[in-house]
Parts: sequence; structure tokens; C-alpha cells
Amino acid sequence: MDSFYGLAPRTSTRKQSAAGPHVTFPGDASESTASTKQQVLLSAHGVEKSYRKGKHVVPVLLGVDFEIAAGEFVSIVGQSGSGKSTLLHLLGTLDAPDQGEIHFEGRRIDNLPTSSRDLLRNQYFGMIFQFYHLLPELSALENVLIPSMIADGAFRYWRNRRQYRERAEHLLELVGLSHRLKHKPRELSGGEMQRAAIARALIAEPEVLLADEPTGNLDSKTGEEIMEILRTLNADQNLTIVMVTHDAAIASQADRIVRLAEGRVQAA
Amino acid sequence: MYKLLLSWRYLRSRYIALASIISVTLGVATLIVVNSVMAGFTQEMHQRLHGILSDIVLESHNLDGFADPQWHMEQIRKICGDDIAGMTPVIHVPALMRIPFRGDFHTRQINLIGVDKTTYTEVSDFSQYLLHPGNQEKLSFLLREKGYAPGRNDFPPSGWVYRRVQAEYEKELARQQREMADVESSGDLPASNIAPPPDPYAPSIPSDSYGGESNPITSGDVFDPATEQNTGIILGIATCSIRGRDADGEVRDFYLCGPGDDVQVYFPNAGSSPKPVSTSLTVVDLYESKMSEYDATFAFMPIEKLQSLRGMFDPLTDTRYVTSIHMKLKPGADLNGVRDKLRAAFPSDQYPYRIETWRDLQGPLLAAVHMETTILNILLFLIIAVAGFGILATFFMIVVEKTRDIGILKALGAPSQGVMSIFLSYGVSLGAVGSGVGLVLGLLFVIYINKIAHGLELITGREVFDPTVYYFQEIPTSIQPTMVVGVMIGAVLIAVLASVLPALRAARLHPVAALRYE
Ligand SMILES: Nc1ncnc2c1ncn2[C@@H]1O[C@H](COP(=O)(O)OP(=O)(O)O)[C@@H](O)[C@H]1O
Ligand SMILES: [Mg+2]
Repeated sequence: MDSFYGLAPRTSTRKQSAAGPHVTFPGDASESTASTKQQVLLSAHGVEKSYRKGKHVVPVLLGVDFEIAAGEFVSIVGQSGSGKSTLLHLLGTLDAPDQGEIHFEGRRIDNLPTSSRDLLRNQYFGMIFQFYHLLPELSALENVLIPSMIADGAFRYWRNRRQYRERAEHLLELVGLSHRLKHKPRELSGGEMQRAAIARALIAEPEVLLADEPTGNLDSKTGEEIMEILRTLNADQNLTIVMVTHDAAIASQADRIVRLAEGRVQAA
Repeated sequence: MYKLLLSWRYLRSRYIALASIISVTLGVATLIVVNSVMAGFTQEMHQRLHGILSDIVLESHNLDGFADPQWHMEQIRKICGDDIAGMTPVIHVPALMRIPFRGDFHTRQINLIGVDKTTYTEVSDFSQYLLHPGNQEKLSFLLREKGYAPGRNDFPPSGWVYRRVQAEYEKELARQQREMADVESSGDLPASNIAPPPDPYAPSIPSDSYGGESNPITSGDVFDPATEQNTGIILGIATCSIRGRDADGEVRDFYLCGPGDDVQVYFPNAGSSPKPVSTSLTVVDLYESKMSEYDATFAFMPIEKLQSLRGMFDPLTDTRYVTSIHMKLKPGADLNGVRDKLRAAFPSDQYPYRIETWRDLQGPLLAAVHMETTILNILLFLIIAVAGFGILATFFMIVVEKTRDIGILKALGAPSQGVMSIFLSYGVSLGAVGSGVGLVLGLLFVIYINKIAHGLELITGREVFDPTVYYFQEIPTSIQPTMVVGVMIGAVLIAVLASVLPALRAARLHPVAALRYE
């Protein structure tokens, strides 16, 4: 089912290394997806989300419809507090919507059992954050390896450790961090941390990268470097990217911009 | 894999958690030390009590005893002969002992025990506690030439060697006194008033107002203390010695009498209106069991002699009386089972007997020690439980501190159980490390406890175990593997229990909430 994305080099290695259980979708999964090039990979349908703060209900999303096609680079813009992060978390199954559905590869994923969603996040989604979210006790290399460790049991990881390590080093080289493998996050600059976080997001060869203000904490030059990496990934490897930002200049580098305001997607 | 890696990294980067398990370490170490010392003490005490007492005692309520011990022993053999390794008839009677010392008397209250010299040593370790090696080998109530208490420097001269010198000295003393009297009386008293020659039957000690009977074993016409002895008596070492410190603070035993000296003993005879009987006996050995209660009251003499003195022997019918029968069981025999069988055979509404095991007889003491151990254990486990709350608090802190990491792990697809097991294995390894170090510390302390006590003595100048109070030369210890394993399991369990709640909290954290956590 990967071949039609045209992601042969990436997906072929993934299917070998992640030979473990795939997401099992409830219900029949007969593949009815295969015609246009603009294949929808990830989508939100009438998604509503509100937070409860004591007796107060804070409505954040009031019915969001959103689609991204395979290989597309979309940025979501909106003011601070408009619910961009919330939407990204919903897309990444970190949280469940109150109303509406999230679809991935044509199947509903927001109501999957926890273990399937864990697997989805581990194998199909890569995530990067404004505050990098590296584990402070681990070196850059170990941080990159964490998703593989989570995917495999101790024994299987031990058996494949060389392969994983090679791939992690390769990814760190790709993001320009090969000289900082053994450094702890606190010994890295913001840009370097974000590079490590990107490498970590890529180790499981995800179908889609969800980036929450990846440049939000960086100076414009470093932010530009990070954007360069993301654009290259999108262009060279055809990686699907959803990027949240409030910076118009950054957002404009994407294929398409989606504006979020008052809990809905506004007409561009 | 990430679980092991992370719990290891958390362990290495958070020494506060290590500090929180120091109390576990100390608790485990003290538990092991206290239990080992208590077990050693109990074992030592059991051994001594058991060695001194026989396994089961059939005892008359009456000081006059019961007739025909042979018949009783036959009955006992019929009931449970398979379990019996040996039996001996014994007479217990309270008695008074007077020890002549420098022209004066020391009076002591004693438990006079009439024993059969061949069978009594078979039912208890009695002979092990005698001071003469010959008596340890084969008990005899005859005074030995010399060789008492080899290796003890402060033991007074004893045996026939001593007795002859002493007799010579007293003879000389008597002669001088007589001469003095002669000289005094020759001047102003009439010749008829010359002091009579000394009573040839008088024992070497002044005879008392009861005109005590002496019991020369050799039936010569004249009792010569230089060559003859009275019936032998073996005294508990503390009945005739006083333990104290000399001017230098060294512990010394000071003996009022020893093997070779004669003592006067008084006890009631048997019968409806007991009258005191007095006899002169020769100390032939001393008995040191290191149980102060016994050493300070026990005195042993031949049972036949005691029977004839107390009138517990009827020459017409050849019936003998004893106050108790001591039994030793074969190894592995069921102590209480045999006792209960005997109790059934000699029901207390028909026979005036008490049938008790040595444990029954020492019940209060054993129970007290047991109680002490239990209470100490409870207290010490409470300490570890308190340590558990320390771990609980520390772990909660760490989970709160690691909230964002937990969110990251979940965002990367780590399942809740995985996150939970990070903190659980963290707790297990902390508990294991803490109690492992405690184990090593505790065992080292137990192994070197006497050296440590000695060191403390040197530093503080005070003896930890005052030998004038305790009969222990060393602190007895016994390391019980089951106890050690139990303590370890208990400590690790407490550490694990204390980490369960924080681990559950970590597992329940919502990934988004954790990621947004500042
Ligand atoms: N756990 C929460 N409880 C209550 N309100 C929340 C919670 N999380 C987010 N919100 C609110 O939801 C709104 C959207 O937040 P977010 O998605 O982070 O916005 P953005 O990423 O666009 O800045 C904000 O007003 C925020 O205060
Ligand atoms: Mg945000």
C-alpha cells in the first residue's frame, strides 16, 4: 500500500525494520484508495474540541475541516491561542476530539484503542515541537534512538542495535549534527536541539511529520536553517508535513497555508 | 529498552533518590544485626538450658517423692520406649549450705540434687560443665588428686594435694590451740580441768549445734581428713565463689572453698513432719554451666546417699523413693507428643506428678526472649515503612519533575505500561541497591561484632558486656538465611510498594497535559 505514494526508498526500508505489528484498523479495510495523485493522507472532519476548566467550558475548535495530501507541505497559521496546537495534537492522536473524526489513509483513527494509537504515533507520525522536547538525560544520539527502542522489545532492539545506530547517525548527519552525537541537550543550542528532534521524528520513517512551531523559539537565521531542512525533506523524500506557526514569513514557505481563527478554518 | 535506559539514567542523575533509600539500608542492616544477635543469644540460651535440663521431666509435687522409680521407668518404657534414649532418677531438695571460711561461716541456700552418677550424665550435658577433665569424661564423687580447672590461673589449689596440706595445717593449728590451753590451765586450773583430747570424729571443720553427722567413705576408726573424704558434693561455681573486680579492674573469681574442702549441708528429711538433717560433705568438683541461676544454686551429690540421709530408702522392703525422673529423647522424637502420651498415662488427677518438657519449664524465659525479638522486628520494620514513605515522596517529586519527559515518551508512542515500568524498575533497583548495601553492612557488622565491641571498649573505656553480669565471653550471633531473605524481600517490597503510586500517576498522565507542562 506504500508503493503508490512513490516513496519507494523510504518505505521499503521501513517495512523491513519495522516488521512488527502494523496498525490494525477496526472494521473492513478493503483498499478503495488508488486513483488520483492528490491522495488525501490525513484529514479532520468537523472536529470540535473544548477544554473544561472547572465549571467553565473553553471552546477551542468549533468544527474544523482540514485535509492534507500525501507529499504536501501545509502550514497552519493563526493567532496565539487560536487552537493550532490543539488541532495538531488531535491530528497526531495525542488527544481525542469531542466531535468529528480524524482520518489517516482513509481510515478513522481518533477512536482507535490506545495501543493502536501508540503504534500509529510511533511508526507513522513524526512530531517536532517548539520546545524541542528532547529527554535531558540522554545524548542526542540516544534521543534519536528512543522511538526505535519503544518500537522493539529490549532483546530485538539489542539484536538490531547496529542497524538502528547507523540509521540514527545517518539522520543526524542529514540534519547537520554529526559532530554532536554524544552531547546532552543542555550542551546544544536551540537550533541543534531542533535538528536532533527532527532526526528523532524521522527515525521510524513516518508517513507524515507534524511540526508545532518548529522555529518559534529560534532566531530568524536558525529558523531559516530548520525550514531549509523541512523543505528539503518535503522535496527530496516527498515527506508530508503539517506545520503550525504564527509567523507569516515562515508559513509562506509551505505549499499551502491554512488559516485558523475563531475555532474554524478560514477561507484563505 | 528505553525503560531500562531511562531508569538507569534517572538513577544516576538523581542522588536525592539514593539518599531516600539510605533509611532502607540502615533499616535492613539493623534488622539483620538485631535478629542475628537475638538468634545467637536465643540459640546459646536454648543450648545451655537444654544441656542442663533433660528433655522431659516427671516430677513429684511432694518433696518426699514417690516410691519405686524402677517401676515408673518400666512403665515409661512401655508407653514410649521407642523415643526414649535414657532415663535417670533424681532427687531435688532445697538445702542450706555452710561454708567454713577463715573461722567463720558463709551460709548459702542451694538446690541439692541427688543424681545417679552413671545415668544422670546420659540424659543431660551435666558432665560437660564440670571443671575436672576426668569428671567430664566419667563422673565420680571421689576427690581427685589434682588437675582441676586446667588453664585457669585464678583457680585455688585443690584436690588431694590441697586437702593434705590443709589437714596438716589444721592439725597443727589444733595442736597449738591445745598447747595454749594447756599452758593457760596448768597455772591456775586444777588438773582435772585439762581440756579433753580432740574428738577423733570431729570433721576438719568445727561441728555445729546439731552435732552433724559426718560421712566418711572409708570406715576407719579415726577420720583423718588428710587421707579420707566425706561423701562428695559438686557445687555450682557461684555457690562458693564471688565474681568481682580487683584493684586493677580485672575480673576475678574469689573462691570461698574449692575441691578438697568440706562443707556442711542441711536439708529436711522425708516424712510427715520434716526435720532438718545435717551432713558434712567434701567438695569434689565445681559445676559451671554459665547460666547464673543454676550456677548459683545447684549442688549435686550421689542419690543413694541422699536417699539414706533423708529416709527415702526402706531397707526392709528395699523400696527407694525419688522426687523426679529425667528423660532424654532420641534425636528427632516429638517432644510434646511424648509429653502428652506420658500425661495421658499418668493423669494428674490420679498421680501427683508434673510432666513437663524443658521448654515448658523454661517457658517464661523463652517467651520473653521471643517477645523481645518480635517487638524489635516490628519496630524496625516500621522504620523501613517510614523509609517507604520517604521513597514515596521522593518518587512523586521525580515523577512531577519528569512530567514533560513522560509526555514526550507518550507522544513518541510509548505505552502507559512502559512509562509505568520505568518508575517501577526505578523503585525496584533502588530498593535492591538499598537493601543490598544494608545486607552487606549488616552481615559485616554481625561478623565483626565482637571486634567492634572490643573497639568500643577501647574508645569508651567501658565494657559493652560486663563479664561480672553476663556469662558471655563473646556476643553470640547466628545468621539465619531465612531471616536474611525475609528481610530483603520485605525491604524490596516496601520500596516497590512505595514506587507503585508514583508510577501509576506517571502512567495516567495525559500526554498533551504532560507536554504542555511547564
Ligand atoms: N488543558 C487546557 N485547559 C484549558 N484550556 C486550555 C488547555 N489547553 C489549551 N487551552 C486553551 O485552548 C486554547 C488553544 O490553545 P492552543 O491550541 O495551545 O493554541 P495555539 O497553539 O494556537 O497557541 C488556548 O486559549 C488555551 O488557553
Ligand atoms: Mg501552540
